[in-house]
Amino acid sequence: MSAAIEVANLRREFRVRSGMLVAEKRVIAVDDVTFSIPAGSVLGIVGESGCGKTTLARLILGLLAPTAGTALVDGKRLFELDRKARARLIQPVFQDPFASLNPRRRIRDIVALPLDAQGTFTRGEIDKRVARILERVGLSAEMGERMPAQLSGGQRQRAAIARALVLEPRIVICDEPTSALDVSVQAQILNLLADLRRDLGLTYLFISHNLAVVEHVASEVAVMYLGRIVERNETDALFRSPRHPYTRALLDSVLTPEPGRGVPDVGLGDIMPDPANIPPGCRFHPRCRIAVERCGSVPPQPVVRAGEGVVECHLA
Amino acid sequence: MSALLEIEDLEVRFGPVAAVRGASLRLEKGETHCLVGESGCGKSVTALATMGLLARGGERRAARMSFAGTDLLSLSDRAMARIRGNRMSMIFQEPMTSLNPAFTVGSQMAEVLTRHKGASRGDALERAVALMGRVGITAPEMRLGQFPHQLSGGLRQRVMIAMALMCDPELLVADEPTTALDVTVQAQILRLLASLKRELKLSILLITHDLGIVARVADRVSVMYAGEVVERAPTAALFRAPQHPYTRGLLSCVPAPGRVRRDKPLGSIPGVVPTIPPGFAGCAFRSRCAHADATCAHEIARRLAGAGHDYLCRLMPRELAEPAPA
Repeated sequence: MSAAIEVANLRREFRVRSGMLVAEKRVIAVDDVTFSIPAGSVLGIVGESGCGKTTLARLILGLLAPTAGTALVDGKRLFELDRKARARLIQPVFQDPFASLNPRRRIRDIVALPLDAQGTFTRGEIDKRVARILERVGLSAEMGERMPAQLSGGQRQRAAIARALVLEPRIVICDEPTSALDVSVQAQILNLLADLRRDLGLTYLFISHNLAVVEHVASEVAVMYLGRIVERNETDALFRSPRHPYTRALLDSVLTPEPGRGVPDVGLGDIMPDPANIPPGCRFHPRCRIAVERCGSVPPQPVVRAGEGVVECHLA
Repeated sequence: MSALLEIEDLEVRFGPVAAVRGASLRLEKGETHCLVGESGCGKSVTALATMGLLARGGERRAARMSFAGTDLLSLSDRAMARIRGNRMSMIFQEPMTSLNPAFTVGSQMAEVLTRHKGASRGDALERAVALMGRVGITAPEMRLGQFPHQLSGGLRQRVMIAMALMCDPELLVADEPTTALDVTVQAQILRLLASLKRELKLSILLITHDLGIVARVADRVSVMYAGEVVERAPTAALFRAPQHPYTRGLLSCVPAPGRVRRDKPLGSIPGVVPTIPPGFAGCAFRSRCAHADATCAHEIARRLAGAGHDYLCRLMPRELAEPAPA
């Protein structure tokens, strides 16, 4: 399978100042991230808040400039493309359909905007495409005439998906697309995303903190911790035999609906990861149950083993 | 077992909108009771009505509402205020909005004890330190002087829990206490609540939309839909043999590792939660239910499915969980 997107050594630093007289600090939000997604498949990205998963999405969408690194889509260098060309290749679906749709415009105008912005489509073409995509995501023409406030959360997320797909992109970046929705609606949206991927041959980068959702939709999963991908593997293998202790802790904390099993002890302690103070050596070592001395001084290198994915841990 | 909290036929209205329509709830001493449902089902309003914390314009009516033998319906606002934060306390979803950003953690925690129990500030601070240690906050003396924004989300929720425990309450109402937290922190907070319940003989009314949490922490469950409790059951029975079509639909929507194959659609409930007009009769779920017929538009009687397990549907009880028809 050919790759829909290849990202190599992607890095983004922020400079932050916490007070007037305090020296500037460097926060490395995304640190040397490399991955590729085979066309038509789904890469899930999981990790706690502050791990850099949303910064990663913004970099790939071109909403933030990378400090270093490259991304290839269709053999084109993504970061050198202009906005219009990039929009034809990659589109986003964000978490909160209450915030991501302009409250003062009709749904059908919101969905038409990416086409308008290209400046190459006739009115008739735009109307035809908008009508087609609205129907495809399960919104009636009458819904298209409404304002976002007149739609439910699930319907709004359908509109956001229609807007993302109206330009027929290759890749969709889904950043927590169902986190703001109720479970019954979440299931509808996940099913819709799965159908669309199959029918339109789309490739997804699917970001979520919900591991059960990622397990359901992703073909491959990357686990991020303080800006780095610490483990990446096929979904089944990663869930069956996680190799990084952080992946294990994340999986342990999933509360499946199985009564009588109690709440697991994930054993992470209460030191929270701070992207402004990344520990030396392995960045996970202060929270790691099995850390040994060298974990505190020597940063682990990614180890690639056939069939076992990639992992960054001295002890894996 | 004896009931700590009994609510019968609770109705809450905000003007023409009925938020809760005849909900009944019984919370035994020392149990964790989960109130589960989707947004707008009335679960939070039920809790707020119990605490006497309804927003202005909220109108509460009930056949009975008793807490440890006290009739809550007959209490004045002042008498209710003496119980609240004292014998029953509450924690919320977003600890940042329920802590005052302008005061230190120590002063907010101490105030609970000085106000309710007339304790001295020194004694109150001492108890605050002890409780912070108990809920797993490291270096509690240092935290006393910190402001809420200096703490992580997990720490803030621990502070909220410690604060709720200051007066040694009998009932803790927790409204989506882990929804804003990372899964790893969520597991830690839920473990903490479970151990506090055991040690302090606390009863917990836990409001959540997450069936995973329900399965792992609840002794009993009440499922709410459109302002009604549509099913009540011991936790194991609810997951083994859910009866109400809404409960069954909800369970089929949850992706559970290893349960639903990838590339297979998840179960889902078609349509959206309806708004309930005044004078509505019959089953509120009927517009989304595959089993609905004309009789569903009339009043529905509660059916018994087992010990302590009842539900609001005309369908006969069935033995095992079966996938709800799509």
